[in-house]
Amino acid sequence: MGHGVKRKEDPRFIQGKGNYVDDVKLPGMLFLDFVRSPYAHARIKSINADKAKALPGVVAVLTGKDLVPLGLDWIPTLSSDKMMVLPTEKVVFQMQEVVGIVAEDRYTAADAVSLVEVEYEPLPAVTNPMKALEPGAPIVRPDKGTNHVFHWEVGDKAATEKLFSGADVVVKQELYYPRIHVSYMETAGCVADFDQVRGHLTLWMTTQAPHAVRTVAALVTKIPENNIRIISPDIGGGFGGKVYVYPGYIVAAVASIVTGHPVKWINDRSDDQPSTAFGRDWHMTAELAAKKDGTMLGVRIKTVSDHGAFFGDANPSKFPAGLFSICTGSYDLKGGFAEVDGAYTNKPLGGITYRCSFRVTEAVYAIERMVDVLAYKIGMDPTDLRMKNFIPSNKFPYKSIFGWTYDSGNYTAALKKAMDKIGYWDLRKEQAEKRKKGELMGIGVSSFTEIVGAGPSAQFDILGIKMFDSAEIRIHPTGKAIARFGTKSQGQGHETTYAQIIAEELGLPIEDITVEEGDTDTAPYGLGTYASRSTPTAGAAAAMASRKIRDKARKLAAHLLEAREEDLVWERGKFYVKGSPERAKTIQDIAFAAYTNHPPGVEAGLEAVDYYDPPNMTFPFGSYICVVDIDRGTGQPKVRRFVAVDDCGNIINPLIVEGQIHGALAMGFGTSFLEEIKYDEDGNVFGANFMDYLIPTAVETPKWETEKTTTPSPHHPFGAKGVGESATVGSPAAFVNAVVDALSQGGIPHIDMPLSPWKIWNALKEKGLAMEA
Amino acid sequence: MEGGKTKMHIAVTLNGKKYDADVEPRLLLVHFIRENLGLTGTHIGCDTSNCGACTVLVDGKAVKSCTVLAVQTNGKEVLTVEGLAKGGKLHPIQEGFWEKHGLQCGFCTPGMMMAAYALLQKNPSPSEEEIRRGISGNLCRCTGYVKIVESIQYAADKMMMAERKMEVPAK
Repeated sequence: MGHGVKRKEDPRFIQGKGNYVDDVKLPGMLFLDFVRSPYAHARIKSINADKAKALPGVVAVLTGKDLVPLGLDWIPTLSSDKMMVLPTEKVVFQMQEVVGIVAEDRYTAADAVSLVEVEYEPLPAVTNPMKALEPGAPIVRPDKGTNHVFHWEVGDKAATEKLFSGADVVVKQELYYPRIHVSYMETAGCVADFDQVRGHLTLWMTTQAPHAVRTVAALVTKIPENNIRIISPDIGGGFGGKVYVYPGYIVAAVASIVTGHPVKWINDRSDDQPSTAFGRDWHMTAELAAKKDGTMLGVRIKTVSDHGAFFGDANPSKFPAGLFSICTGSYDLKGGFAEVDGAYTNKPLGGITYRCSFRVTEAVYAIERMVDVLAYKIGMDPTDLRMKNFIPSNKFPYKSIFGWTYDSGNYTAALKKAMDKIGYWDLRKEQAEKRKKGELMGIGVSSFTEIVGAGPSAQFDILGIKMFDSAEIRIHPTGKAIARFGTKSQGQGHETTYAQIIAEELGLPIEDITVEEGDTDTAPYGLGTYASRSTPTAGAAAAMASRKIRDKARKLAAHLLEAREEDLVWERGKFYVKGSPERAKTIQDIAFAAYTNHPPGVEAGLEAVDYYDPPNMTFPFGSYICVVDIDRGTGQPKVRRFVAVDDCGNIINPLIVEGQIHGALAMGFGTSFLEEIKYDEDGNVFGANFMDYLIPTAVETPKWETEKTTTPSPHHPFGAKGVGESATVGSPAAFVNAVVDALSQGGIPHIDMPLSPWKIWNALKEKGLAMEA
Repeated sequence: MEGGKTKMHIAVTLNGKKYDADVEPRLLLVHFIRENLGLTGTHIGCDTSNCGACTVLVDGKAVKSCTVLAVQTNGKEVLTVEGLAKGGKLHPIQEGFWEKHGLQCGFCTPGMMMAAYALLQKNPSPSEEEIRRGISGNLCRCTGYVKIVESIQYAADKMMMAERKMEVPAK
């Protein structure tokens, strides 16, 4: 462990031998495509598919009415709401699936889609969540009778009121975290194969949580759970967007049952982007109270969240606002209050997703942005203000005012390291010089605290299923091993990191350990991979299962060495007799004996399974500093440098960790500068494909500079914390703080993401700072 | 539409092997490669020619195979990711991506490597800036690009070294 070994999964990917869902090809396989709604809100008056049905090669046409007898026109969401599969009465967002067309190949299916005539009666749409909550707004969900989804709050409202009214300084800022899309490179899709004779459904699908899908599918379809096999093959990026169950999966399964053929459904990008789960869309009003000297007292945040037409956030059940209560961040505060009201609108479902660990992104953005707002208000350097208010390292484990117990942290060390690496004070001098010359340069800091590893079963479940995760390890007679997990990699490199954990614990060579995930028929039950939970949960299970194997290996070694168990000493890969290191048996010797020479009273075989229920969450953290230059003539921001100091506890594979941080930084960069899905008042979507929705290319993406500090988690079996989302969580505030810092000389207090040149230039123009041609 | 279904005969050399096929004129090259020939290393990531996951070489030039019709490659040579390794030995670009952690989910990787291949054919020792421009038509959502740039630099160095070694006996 701790070595940057090359990834075991790479040889197949670099040779074009990955096995993604669209690579699955079965005999007689048909193809499913969808007619989608041009309207955001409309009653369906009629559907005429006669011409489509008449097209040679078209096998079946499925509408919402066909799903009613199966009870599949609506299905439950992950947040105990329900969502339409195909509509029977009305559509509720633009690009919603309306009619499924099953044909012999994808070209014919697409031809047939254009032949279906749907008559709509447009209804008034609502796309602004604040307006949706006003009386008289069009009702998105007649079954609910209201657009209000939920109210959630945390903290002591009255005490916070008092804290704020007694404070020397209160700063307030409206912050909108825009609606974005994960834009995984592989769109959502599946191959459904229903075996009529066995009554058995196999579903290859792009899912991050195959076991949860199997259980929900069994409950919804009434197909017995032992007759459902979910296979999640290689996945081309998930980032949370592939936790959801989309209509395509359900309709493909029904189509396979109806036609008796395997059915493939693969979303086109221009269908995927506007119809699958979004992230964020979180309208905050944030306030921070402090003393004159910069001592931060409390935080207050009021949020309206936009959930689209169905509340389907991929959240643990008890957390409708995710883990937003981490919004006190890295600071030792006296009090606070946060509340969120959710609204239905005429947009697709979603929430969460996008490398963001359950709304932590929004929480971190709010607190880190507000610290800078406060710093400018009281004229204090943003790093000084942070240093002054950090939770001191001797206060860990730290109980936050909103009830979390932070496991470990050393925030000052991380920020100091980032400042040293980037040369913070020199940059401030340079900035002062540039300001004199009228040049715009900004420095932005973000010192975030993450919360990952969901989660302890007392608090964390999804639809009642506790959020443990699992590992099953079998050692073969020749000392080789197979290990299976309830998680599912989408690029995180589990085949390598899990093998490294087992190698460390059992002393086997990494190449002797095969890691498998994603097949519910073979893998032990687990809740899947999202929210940076794999290392804290399944990674821990790998260590615990290895230790169980070691316990049994001790018994076998005692037998082989004719020694007492308590006289044996474990040294990576072998047991030896205390005081006689030459009397030793390797793990390979022991594995062979487990099948050929096991003692009486000990079972044959050498394997173990562990379902790990973490005692607490883990709290990775870090400090990021961004330097940005802005062109006054065009408003174009250019990130000159970006230093990221991350602390994710003990590291399994530094190469993979660095890769995860780089990727998440690029996502934070995209969020901050480029990406947004917008809707007009009629519910027309903008940003529905890769021409209109800009994700970063190699040209504008900065050259990341990374460093680390190491503060192990005290409760994780090997002190790891999880890292996949830290940079997506932590970086947007650094980018935005840098741009606003550059503009602050013009008295511009804030600009919402994405920070496009147009927005920046207009802000400059308003203050007379833009250079015009 | 019926006209579009009248098949045309094409002869294409793909990864050095000759293929004869009757295809619909509207068939995209990427579907021809993936579905007719069964080579699934070339991926489809979008439908607007933005992502580059489907990048292959046609007569030595990098193209997005979702934007080329199969019939346009009649009589031409196509190179896909499956044609990079020779005799069980990885191409230096493949080695570079493995060594330098230039991939995570692997979905953009084949297209990215083919774009890199075309770049290094034209410019055997590109600067970082030139590499970044050279792959700007290929999107990656996992890596943040720095490691991809390093992977391509690794390949460029390795290919230059191999070239020099080959020059030695000639002198």
